[in-house]
Amino acid sequence: MTHRGPGESPEPVHALWHVNGEAIAVSFAPYKTLLEVLREDLGLTGTKHGCELGECGACAVLVDGEPMLSCLVLGLACAGRAVTTVEGLMAGPELHPLQTAFADLGGAQCGYCTPGILVTAKALLDRSPAPTREEIREALSGNLCRCTGYQQIFESVEEAARLIARARGRSEDAP
Amino acid sequence: MSRSFRVVGAARRRVDARGKVTGQTKFADDLFLPRMAYGRLLRSPHPHARIRSIATARATALPGVLLVLVGRDLTGEFGILPVSQDEEPLCRERVRYVGDAVAAVIARDEQTAGEALDLVDVDYEPLRTIASAEEALAHPEPRIHDYGEEGNVHKRVSFRFGDVDEALAGSHRVFDDVFFYEGNTHLPIEQHASVAAVDPDGKLTLWSSTQTPHYVHRALARLLGLPAGHVRVIACPNGGGFGGKSDIFQHEIVAAKAALVLGRPVKITLDREEVFYCHRGRHPVQMRLRTGVQKDGTITGMHLETLLDGGAYGSYGVASLLYTGALQTVTYHVPRYRFQGCRTFTNKPPCGPKRGHGTPQPRFGLEVQLDKIAEALALDPAELRLGIVEQPGALTANWMRLGTIGLAECIRRVVRVSGWSEKFRKLPLGRGVGLACSSYLCGAGLPIYWNDMPHSGVQLKLDRSGGVTVFCGATEIGQGSDDVLAALVAEVLGLGTFDVRCVTGDTDLTPVDLGSYSSRVTLMMGHAAIQAAERARALVASAVARKLEIPIERVGFAEGRVFDVEDPGRGLAFAEAVARAEALHGTIGTVGSFTPPRSAARYQGGGVGPSPTYSYSAAVVEVEVDPATGWIVVPRIYMAHDIGRALNPVLARGQVEGSVYMGLGEALMEEQAFRRLPERLSGALVHKFPSILEYKSPTSHDMPEVVTELVEDPDSAGPFGAKEVGQGPLLPIMPALANAVYDAVGVRIDEIPITPDKVLKALDDKRRGGAGRYGPSTFPAIDWPEPLDVPPPWEGGDGQARNRPERKRSARLDRPDGVRS
Repeated sequence: MTHRGPGESPEPVHALWHVNGEAIAVSFAPYKTLLEVLREDLGLTGTKHGCELGECGACAVLVDGEPMLSCLVLGLACAGRAVTTVEGLMAGPELHPLQTAFADLGGAQCGYCTPGILVTAKALLDRSPAPTREEIREALSGNLCRCTGYQQIFESVEEAARLIARARGRSEDAP
Repeated sequence: MSRSFRVVGAARRRVDARGKVTGQTKFADDLFLPRMAYGRLLRSPHPHARIRSIATARATALPGVLLVLVGRDLTGEFGILPVSQDEEPLCRERVRYVGDAVAAVIARDEQTAGEALDLVDVDYEPLRTIASAEEALAHPEPRIHDYGEEGNVHKRVSFRFGDVDEALAGSHRVFDDVFFYEGNTHLPIEQHASVAAVDPDGKLTLWSSTQTPHYVHRALARLLGLPAGHVRVIACPNGGGFGGKSDIFQHEIVAAKAALVLGRPVKITLDREEVFYCHRGRHPVQMRLRTGVQKDGTITGMHLETLLDGGAYGSYGVASLLYTGALQTVTYHVPRYRFQGCRTFTNKPPCGPKRGHGTPQPRFGLEVQLDKIAEALALDPAELRLGIVEQPGALTANWMRLGTIGLAECIRRVVRVSGWSEKFRKLPLGRGVGLACSSYLCGAGLPIYWNDMPHSGVQLKLDRSGGVTVFCGATEIGQGSDDVLAALVAEVLGLGTFDVRCVTGDTDLTPVDLGSYSSRVTLMMGHAAIQAAERARALVASAVARKLEIPIERVGFAEGRVFDVEDPGRGLAFAEAVARAEALHGTIGTVGSFTPPRSAARYQGGGVGPSPTYSYSAAVVEVEVDPATGWIVVPRIYMAHDIGRALNPVLARGQVEGSVYMGLGEALMEEQAFRRLPERLSGALVHKFPSILEYKSPTSHDMPEVVTELVEDPDSAGPFGAKEVGQGPLLPIMPALANAVYDAVGVRIDEIPITPDKVLKALDDKRRGGAGRYGPSTFPAIDWPEPLDVPPPWEGGDGQARNRPERKRSARLDRPDGVRS
């Protein structure tokens, strides 16, 4: 890499990313974090920042299905990996069951920590379809929320698990 | 209120929920505009220093830097209160805390702006720093500000509502306690951000994370020398506020100025460390509380002294100071009351309003002291309180007019659901329960600047499409104000909430609402919304009455139809009804407004505390305390809240649980504390914890189960009977937890936060034969001014101070900018 003096713009990196199920050509400054590339270069502002230090969980996204703090991941490290943000949760116009439950049960108040919590909860439900309250607490323990007191978040995750199970039951019953 | 409701009271998805769960909600930092430049502020590393010089040439020369601003590039002073215009857009000659902004760099990207900050050369002459309220009292020099009472005393107040000394002398017992409540901060997950841009028509727009766009609008117009009509402030949805985004901030003014100078959009987003510097959070307060009681627990008189560490600027501080005394009288009958308070300046980030604004600290003292009183009098703490609850509609000793009071019912409910009688003083060592109560405003009775105009205005537009748009300056900070607005309009017009579009928090488009603070929005905006909607309903009803040939009283609105209530099959779809109204009356637009009733308090300082009505809460906290480590676990909290009427129970419960959460954080761990660096490292006074990692707040693991009881006794002072819910339920958590720790291990922690080390010290004290207490031992001697002598209502007063009668207030603004001379 060429050395850069103060005030000099570095050469952008060009890469092919897989974001929310789509292949996207992206160019970004090599110092940028995944969070910055998502928000600033891809316009995916659903992912939030609360500290840029890995302390609050607001910037969580899924990388290859696992929750990661996008403020601690360099954009350079994301080539060839599947990134899922809150914008990728919906199926067409339909809300993901987690989104439905959070909307209906008060899981989102100001909504700022919500995207990070939703994707983290999705990873939980993907590996544990009927989590206990303790499992939910553990899964979300890195995502701070200052509004809700977490209780309606726990209830929303539990409701989403029920919605998913019910939908699965219906699709299995279908001829 | 026997009317039945269709929308109000139903558990509903909030109107803005979809945007929040899909990530579509645009917070201020989510805005990206063409040609946008980015700003960063250079902040002082010194807690107190004179600025000898600032050299910007090296920063300006850095490629990519567009503009460097320093203090002299911006004019004027500002501050949220007219009496405390003590902040500068960028400091000119002096910095007063670590984090005070002295320069700004605007560059093509944030990275470059940040690099350029290192190239701004500031020559500081460090000054002696004042680290605490007691230091401020002891060291009048150097003065942090050249205004205020004297030295580093910002403001002292003294009130006498009847002869408290006589009352205490005639009491069965007098309890005399001192308490300390450490400061803490809001910690919203959203860092403050502002985007400023010059519109195509040459006017200025500022998008900001602010709870008070109206006040920001006034300040910007004045500081930039622009007509207010040429400045537009849009409050983006706030990613949490809790009071921390209620001031006007340096970055807002700098972004606006830079956008005007550069002719291109400018964004400034604070980093997390800067959010800690902006602060405006809970004041550290020392308190002395003397209360006289009779054998049955009846209060005879109360004397409260408070000493506040205000930090470096005025902020809301004069109001915060008065709030430490104003609401001590609204829960229990206090026949005589004396309150003396003092706010000091120190070289720390300014304190201001945090959820509960000035009242959690003295509430902590009062409720812990009542627990001590109950024990000394061998009374159950719940029974003691039930015996002294104030009467509905009462006028208190300090002339606060109360509304309905659901406190007794709240106490009975938490006692019942918590199994209090089977637990209190009956659990094994290490487990305990504690009870406490509280009350809070439903909106401040007076605006921040003196005027006679409405506190909240609503405009409503209906048209032939059936579309309904409601406009209000209220600000959505996560609490659900848009949902309240839509719900009240929908209720009156017989629609669903998703049939109503809300346009809020935009000084160009929406009528003034003073902002999201003091739990005022549901009540004040609510009344204005109902008034506007009822006026629109009358217009539509008259057209439909004519069409159906029935009297207007028979026209009903429900489920998107307008119909004959005696023959519901006869009617029109809502859109058709509006079309007929538009044909009959012309374009349909209505307005509503709300101004709080005049306060009974007519003494100077009596403007803080009055409210159209008050909410009430009671809490029982369960704890498990490990006597070996002092570690406190909270398995369960029971909360009953007198909400009048819950407009949306999902949101109401969310506000209760969120308040409990934030109260628990304050009770157990949150503290905005400072330390001095060693002399070799400048001796500066710096934050202990300017990061989320070190500023501990409760996580999903720490949050107990919360059992919420909503007590609904509609209050005619509220919209459809509703009272506030966003702040009140925070207040009883800290004292209830302290009382529970005493029940568990027999030690009193008269200080917040209650941390394991304090519990251990108190246990150690007890083992050595001491009182088993941790907390301050004395309250500093303060030279109180002659008190305002205001006789309570039952001693023949008229709400005025005998020794300083009311000045006639002119209705006009004393100065065009609202700053009272």
